[in-house]
This record gives sequence, C-alpha cells and structure tokens, in this order.
Amino acid sequence: MAILVHQNTQVLVQGITGANGSFHAKACKDYGTKIVAGVTPGKGGTRVEGIPVYDTILQAKRDLRIDTTMIYVPAAFATDAILEAIEAEIPLIVCITEGIPALDMARVKRVLASSKSRMIGPNCPGIITPGSAKIGIMPGYIHKPGRVGVISRSGTLTYEAVHQLSKLNIGQSTCIGIGGDPIIGSSFTELLPLFADDPETDAVLMIGEIGGTAEEEASALIRQKFKKPVIGFVAGTTAPEGRRMGHAGAIIMGGKGTAQDKKEAMKVAGIYVVDNPASLGSTVANVLKKNTGDSYGDRIHVSSH
Amino acid sequence: MKIHEYQAKTLFREYGIPTLRGEVISDASQAVAAAKKIGDRGPWVVKAQIHAGGRGKGGGIKLCRTLDEVKINATTILSKSLVTLQTGSYGKKVHFLLVEESCEIETELYLAAVLDRASASIVVMTSREGGVEIEEVAQKHPEKILKVHVDPSLKSFPYHGRSLSYGLSLDVKLHRPFSELVSSIVRLFVEKDCSLVEINPLVITKSGGLIALDAKVNFDDNGLFRQKGIMKFADPLEEDPIDLEAAKWNLNYIHLDGNIGCMVNGAGLAMATMDAIKLYGGEPANFLDVGGGASTDMVREAFKILVSDSKVKGILVNIFGGILKCDVLAKGIVEAVGQVGLKIPLVVRLEGTHVEEGRRILQDSGMNIHATSEMGEAAQMAVTSVKGKF
Repeated sequence: MAILVHQNTQVLVQGITGANGSFHAKACKDYGTKIVAGVTPGKGGTRVEGIPVYDTILQAKRDLRIDTTMIYVPAAFATDAILEAIEAEIPLIVCITEGIPALDMARVKRVLASSKSRMIGPNCPGIITPGSAKIGIMPGYIHKPGRVGVISRSGTLTYEAVHQLSKLNIGQSTCIGIGGDPIIGSSFTELLPLFADDPETDAVLMIGEIGGTAEEEASALIRQKFKKPVIGFVAGTTAPEGRRMGHAGAIIMGGKGTAQDKKEAMKVAGIYVVDNPASLGSTVANVLKKNTGDSYGDRIHVSSH
Repeated sequence: MKIHEYQAKTLFREYGIPTLRGEVISDASQAVAAAKKIGDRGPWVVKAQIHAGGRGKGGGIKLCRTLDEVKINATTILSKSLVTLQTGSYGKKVHFLLVEESCEIETELYLAAVLDRASASIVVMTSREGGVEIEEVAQKHPEKILKVHVDPSLKSFPYHGRSLSYGLSLDVKLHRPFSELVSSIVRLFVEKDCSLVEINPLVITKSGGLIALDAKVNFDDNGLFRQKGIMKFADPLEEDPIDLEAAKWNLNYIHLDGNIGCMVNGAGLAMATMDAIKLYGGEPANFLDVGGGASTDMVREAFKILVSDSKVKGILVNIFGGILKCDVLAKGIVEAVGQVGLKIPLVVRLEGTHVEEGRRILQDSGMNIHATSEMGEAAQMAVTSVKGKF
C-alpha cells in the first residue's frame, strides 16, 4: 500500500503543455505512473505525449477519475491552479511550482482546511512510491521499493538520502518532499500519522532544515504517539542568522528556528538524530538492525517487485 | 527584500500612518539645509540609513540641539562604516542619512505585523515594552506581548485593534487612532506582499499623539513580481558585490567567512554540504545553490564567482543531478577554468543524471581534479585540501 499514491493512482497534470510540465509528465509516465490527463486553459482537445489535454479540471473529471493532480503552472498563476483543483475536489494536490507568494499560500491553506483535498508542496520535488508511482521531478532510478518512509523539506538532499539508503539495499515505502516554503500544504505533523498507520512502513527518515518550528511540532507528535523508529536530520547547522538559505522558509529569525533547537527537540522525542549528512543511510541501517536484529534489512527491506 | 527607514516611512505616509517630517541626504554638506527645511528650531535627529538594526547603540542615531551639531554628526556618520549588533564586525558603510524633526516622548510602544507560518495568518503584535530589546521581551516575558490573528483573505476588523488597544490599557482617546493604525499596517502588509511591518518604537507623544518613530518593512521576495512599485526601493549599495553578481545570473549565493568555496544544487543539499565541511573541521566560504535548472552558462559564472573570492583556498563541488544534468555542470566548470584558470585544489563529487558523461568530461579536460562519488569523503577531501596537504 505505502501511503497516498500507488499503482492505480490516476494523475492529472496542470500546466502539461509547458516545458517543465510536458517533460515531467513524460518522465512520470515512463516510470509507470498513470498520467491520464492534462489541463492547460486554451489547449483543450490537443495531446501531449499521447495524454489528452483539457481546458478545465471539471471537463477532465467528466471523462475520467482523477485521484491526484500534479501542478507545474508558473508561480504567477499557480494559486489559481491550486484553487481550481480544490474546487474540483481532487483528493491529492502535488504542487511542484516554486516562487508562490507567501500570502497566497496563507489564503490557500485556509481554503484547504475546509476542503476535501490534501496538498503537498509547493516548491517541492513531489511524492514517489518506488516501483509503483512517481508524481514529481525526482530521478526515479535512485529509488528502491521497500519499507522505510522518507519525508523531507528539501529536494536534492532527499535524493542524497534516498541514494544512500538504496546503496545499502534499504528500500523505501513512500518518499515525500513537503516543500521549502514558510507555508506549505501539508507539514510533517499532517503526514507522519499516515506513515504510522501504514503496515508497509517500518521506520521513517525525517529531513528538516532551519527556519520555522515544523521539526519541533513533529517531534512533539512523535514523542506522544509515534511508535515506529524515526531517524532525523536538520540541514543548516552552519547557517548565519537573518540570511535566507535558498528556501523561503530556511531562515533563522531572532535566534529562533536554529538547527540546534530542532535537534534538541528531536532527541527529547527519542528520534535518532544524524549530525553528518553523509551518514543518513548508515544511521537508518543501524537503527533498523538495533530494532529488529541483524538480518532484518536483508529479509524485509527490499520487497520483491 | 529589505528597504531603508526613510523609504518605509514614505509607504507609511501613503497609508496614513503618522510619522515625523524628515529629509534624506547623501552628502553631509546638505545636512544643515535639510534641517532648516524641517524647521528653524531644533532639536533634530540624524539617523543612519542602513539595512540593519541596532543603529542607536552603534552610534548611528544622534540627537542634535543646534545646526552645528547636525553638521558635525552628519559628517561623522556619513564618513564611517557603522558597526551594530546586526552588521558583523566589518560594519556597513552609510550612504544615506535621514534628518528628522524630534518629538517629546511620553511612552514607547512596540507594534508589528508578521506572517505566522503555523496559523497561516498575519499576526499583529504589540507591547508596552517598546524600544530596542523586543526579542528579549519575547523570550523572557512572552505575556507582555499581545497578539491578534488576521485572515489575509479578509481585511482587518475593528476588534483586532480594539483587542490590542484595550489590552495595553491605552488612554481612552487613543483607542480609535490605535485601531486605525492597526488596520493601516495590515492593509500595507497585504497590498504590498510584506513579510514584516515593524514600528519600534511607536511613541505616544507628550501632546497625546501616536507617531511611528522608526519604520521597518520587509517584503516577500516571491511577491515582488507583482510589486513593481516596491522594486524602485532596492538599494544595490547595501548588497555584497559578489551577492549582486550572483543575483545577476539567478544564482542563490550568500557570502560567508570561511575558505572553502562550495557549489551545490538545491538549498537543502547546499546547507548539508556546509554542515559536513564544518563537521570535518573546515569553514565554508559561501552558500551557493546553482538551482535545479542551471545552464552551462550559469555554472560557468558561478564557478568564476567562487574563485574570484580571494579568501577561497579550495573548492568543493557537490552535485546530485536531477533536472540539472551532470554533463551540463561539468561543461560549465571546464569553460570557467578555461577562462580564469585554476590555482587552488578542486574536489568534485558528482552523482545522479548523466553522471558518467559528467565524469568523462572532467577527466578528459586534463584538469587537476580530486574526484569522489561520496559526499562525506568529498567534504573531508576539501577540508584537507585547504590545509595544504594535497
């Protein structure tokens, strides 16, 4: 099962006729994801990589079941695209677009709260259940099906983590990049319970970064009710205060949001904290061994498909 | 994006937020004329305009009782680099000075609006503990800071201001002007895509009026595409010249104090790479995210920026190719070295999309490159290299 996306997830691509949209629609389709439709206003009736394009989501929904939408619409129009998806009651919205104004996301977040949709992103690599469905821009080949969940605020650092896991033959159940903006559709706390309930996830690797309090909130939740082992990393130990480290959300303000604070909170919650980003994979391997015996990784972590 | 106090006050006046009369000058010879224009009798206040706080304690704000004092203080401040708690030890050169009328202060309050991540709303906060050390108040006496949340899709309602004003037990006559002030800063915040609007201090004068004595307004960079009017406030003199060159090429670069130049793709991996360098006993010279969709040109210019920093004694390239392909990256580096040469050690770690092509391009270039496929090893090699052990 893994979480949120699987083999039969039917995916729509908003902004499918753009350079990014068409490139990644094809890459996802090649991976095996069921990309069933695209939406670009004014391009309805055409096809991209054989995928039918509609003018609106409602038109696509009349013909097809849509489980998830993947958004590549440029920042200036992305809020409109997200709100259209919420109005159309698409269960899962994955927004790849970066550069959406924070106030727009604040408005979107409030609309989401009373909607039937869940949103991942924006400014994120997307979500992948290895071997089943890739919905995003991550390189598919570095992943391996397995039983460790990965959840992260970063993009390439997530690839690094996954690469380290796969090299040690530790597969992944589902990997989610939640995005690097100050306000995002779903935070760690909203997604961790899904991993907790997933019988195919044995442990979770959580990758945070400086800025905000998402890691502290996640740690509090894990401390209270998360039974599976969690391995945590926080990027930005060396970051100076008041400088935005690339992501709009990665900034230490008034001494708050430091890596040190976050690591402390993680330790208190019983999370295995990794200091060296080169040791993400090996730490997960050690934790799995410690929790289940030496042969655990070989037996269970790489599933057969 | 940050702007100067005098620019923020221009916005304040547009939104009906009360400020003192002031004149901006860039040359000390204009100081006396500016002061006279404001009023024949002082005192006046001269205020250094830099994008950093702590100006008062750093000697950047001076009360002047005579025109002579205006001239002397203006000359002193404009001739030096101002060092404050927020500028770093080198300080910041002062290019502009605000000459302002003064007022008699009864009480100093704090008033600010910020975007709150957790509640996805604008938080307006106020305190009787106005003045410089508001962060300390927030730490030690959080109960002394009053807050209300405003839904950014709606406007500010009178109860927002009322809750704060009555909460502060302000004089009865001040409730209405204070509430209007709260709606004004919320309107400014929403209409201009701000990330911070701060008035510290907001003063109650002896004559019973409210005045924004200072003004700090920051903007959400993601909102700038629809805020053309704000872009004219940008002050290139405030930026590190290397940061400006990087911005020209759409590179995400932050200059730091160490000696290992870093080139990485992705902000999270870039931060993690810096962390690894530090862990192995080195100091990163910069944060540089070349971005997901970097072209050969961008990589070439990024590399040239790294080697242009004379403090840099070694370079670490850590790339996990996704959308950015390793061969594109390798070509950019080879082009840069062809143009500017390479006199310092270069450690390259490539992984991901088109990694074989990338490694081959670097190898065929004949450059002296220390290559590895592991991130930890790469960081270790970079640290060793700047100690002159290669």
